[in-house]
Amino acid sequence: MTPKDIPLEVEPTAGPGLRGGLFNGRNLRLGGRDMRGLILFGLVAVVLVVVARTTTDTFFTESNFTNIMRQMVTNGLLSLGMLMVILTGGIDLSVGCVVAFAAISAVGLTYDQLDRYTSFPVPLAMAAAIVTGLLFGSANGILVARFKLAPFVVTLATMTTIRGLTFVFSDVPLRPSADVKDQFRWIGATTVGPVPVAIIVVAVAFALGWVFLNRTPLGRSIVAIGGNRETVRLAGISVTRGIVIAYMICGGLAALAGVILASRMGNVQPSLGVAFELDAIAACVIGGADLAGGKGSIHGTLAGVVILQLMNNLLSLWGVQDFWQQVFKGLIIILVILMQSQARRRN
Amino acid sequence: MKLELESVRKSFGGVEVLHGVSLTGEGGQVVAVVGANGAGKSTLIKVLSGAHPLDSGTLLLNGERLALRNPRDGIVQGIRTVYQELSLVPELTVTENMLMGELPKKAGLIDWKAAHQRAQEILDQIGFSGIDPHAKTRQLSVAKQQMVEIAKSLVAEPRILILDEPSAVLAGSDLDALFALVRKLTAGGTLVIYISHRLVEVLELADKIIMMKDGATIAELEPAKTNEDEMIHLMAGRKVDQIYPTRREDFGQALLRVDHLARPGEFEDISLQVRAGEVVGLFGLVGSGRSELAETVFGARRPVGGQINLGGQPLRARTPKAALRRRMALVTEDRGHTGLVLGMSVRDNVILATMKGPLLRMRRASARAAQRIEQLSIKPADCAARPVWQLSGGNQQKVVLAKWLEVAPQVLLLDEPTRGVDMATRIDIYRMVDSLARSGMGILLISSDLTEAIGASDRLLVMREGTMAAELDPASVTEEEVLAYSIGTPT
Repeated sequence: MTPKDIPLEVEPTAGPGLRGGLFNGRNLRLGGRDMRGLILFGLVAVVLVVVARTTTDTFFTESNFTNIMRQMVTNGLLSLGMLMVILTGGIDLSVGCVVAFAAISAVGLTYDQLDRYTSFPVPLAMAAAIVTGLLFGSANGILVARFKLAPFVVTLATMTTIRGLTFVFSDVPLRPSADVKDQFRWIGATTVGPVPVAIIVVAVAFALGWVFLNRTPLGRSIVAIGGNRETVRLAGISVTRGIVIAYMICGGLAALAGVILASRMGNVQPSLGVAFELDAIAACVIGGADLAGGKGSIHGTLAGVVILQLMNNLLSLWGVQDFWQQVFKGLIIILVILMQSQARRRN
Repeated sequence: MKLELESVRKSFGGVEVLHGVSLTGEGGQVVAVVGANGAGKSTLIKVLSGAHPLDSGTLLLNGERLALRNPRDGIVQGIRTVYQELSLVPELTVTENMLMGELPKKAGLIDWKAAHQRAQEILDQIGFSGIDPHAKTRQLSVAKQQMVEIAKSLVAEPRILILDEPSAVLAGSDLDALFALVRKLTAGGTLVIYISHRLVEVLELADKIIMMKDGATIAELEPAKTNEDEMIHLMAGRKVDQIYPTRREDFGQALLRVDHLARPGEFEDISLQVRAGEVVGLFGLVGSGRSELAETVFGARRPVGGQINLGGQPLRARTPKAALRRRMALVTEDRGHTGLVLGMSVRDNVILATMKGPLLRMRRASARAAQRIEQLSIKPADCAARPVWQLSGGNQQKVVLAKWLEVAPQVLLLDEPTRGVDMATRIDIYRMVDSLARSGMGILLISSDLTEAIGASDRLLVMREGTMAAELDPASVTEEEVLAYSIGTPT
């Protein structure tokens, strides 16, 4: 009848769930924040820069830096928007096509169209292009959230629709290859010192994005929707609204990227932006976003954008053929997500 | 045949849920494992069946070390498990479910005639008659489904059979049949590991009782030399009447009134009311419609007919948002799927239902979280910025409660608030429910734990297959009576 003496253990308090190893979270905290991501980013960036410095003559030149920053603009904006969508557990394949559509329409609207109606003033043309991006985004969002369709399929369909529309609109005889007005070129082609105006726009967008995701109820609910949509719904928050807004932001930023790209290049083809969505998804994923939703950060995404761009730049400076660049990029993305999934499994 | 389990440990995500579990059993024995919700019984079963490989400790079968990496390994060793959650495919027939992967074939095609015959034989042999092998399992009652589940596990004639709360949905003659089956199996040399929290049947059936608490085995008892009171005392670390607060007596007016609410296929014509200061228990088995009812009252599901009154005013808009605006909250039964955003911090979860304004006031949010963490003694105390998944089950549940308390509810619907929660936390939760009720809140406590449904409520409703079966006085009712109503065999 006497119970056997089996020692009664005290319930352990929940620890952070990390075993030793190189990236032991307990040793790498600063002000309560987990610094592992930042350290990893720093290491990768330093390695890339050191390699670039020792293997090329042109990396540390002002023109190359300006170049890197300029090229980061498009993917930066696309990735920021893509992050919002990925956080909800979705994906937006149509952003590359929105870039093309916005670029074509921004340029097109500044021209007199065969005397039928007169051109828009430049700011208005740009604003109109961005509004169409928001509209495309909301269409995606409504189809996904309201009609509960799979994001992949929806945006695959809108992708081809928007691409088609781009070709249709660019088919009007207005010579889009002619020089764009000086005013039009300001946002994409001018610099303040060595810093392109466009990169300042990107920086502001990321700062606003951070505030949005971390400091507004709407932004928090977007993160929460991806983590657990049902919990959010039961908390009295509109899931539909959150998702639609995420896609709108994504479409709007893609359109902004298109406008800036048109402004920089001055000459826009309707085939612009093919596969841009893949770089954006890659940057988010490299930055730690989880395609299942609910996980991902502004700073991580920024790091992803920077690393991708440094890599691209390095490969270009080495004179690696464009096709091989794609191969490398693909392999590196696989490597990064493998590392992440391993790290997650250890937790 | 001899099974030995020695100092087994198992952690999930850095939280150790089994710390030192030991157990021995021999062929022909019934070894009962008892313990409160959250004691670690389910994890123990999963370790035994191979579903969760153990972290440390030994598992010996006939003196040989066994390394089970997955359920397949367990099955190969003759270890079969009947889980509490039914694992049958509802659209398939009883035969297909029972003989899955082992359907007899003729000329490369399934021989249906032989298959149905074989299924019938097994059912007859074990004494579960009245089940048609041709029937689709979804057409069967939950009790019959449970029997099919058991029959399925016997097809391969296991050496060790693990039954996880098999009696939770059985009563009367079905329960007798189960007991007879267990005796027959042990007479044939099978080791039956029988998990239950119904102590009476354990005393009747077992050769040996292993007591678990907070993830460890704390005692091994002989049924002949112990009794219910001693077991409860061991499990809870205190006497029964100290677990549940004393019943409340002063009730105000009806805060929640539900009239003739219906959702065909889930529940029909449900009426109930909850008064201020009252804890109304709602007991029902799996499939009785209890959770669906709670979700419908809260607006997460749309009712087909009926009215809901909150604080004397009809509640017309049927959305969670509308319910929250009228200060009714629902603690759902599955905190992982519907209660928490596991990847977000404790703070973010606490403020989730009360976020306002264009910009969040972070200092205020942190203060709210800190206050709730202290009030509900959520552990560890510095968890505000940690993702919720790092917390133990009991503490996660407190975070869910904290979130809903933030909306200052007048009516609180609690759906299985103590599921998978350790004893200490359960007692905390009962105390909190008590003090909320005493402060004038109306509480509907849904539970499939009989002891809890009776012990913690002032009035007890029983649901059966989507209808309200009884309203009972918990002060004078027995567990057997409540169960009988819930199954439809009141005597």
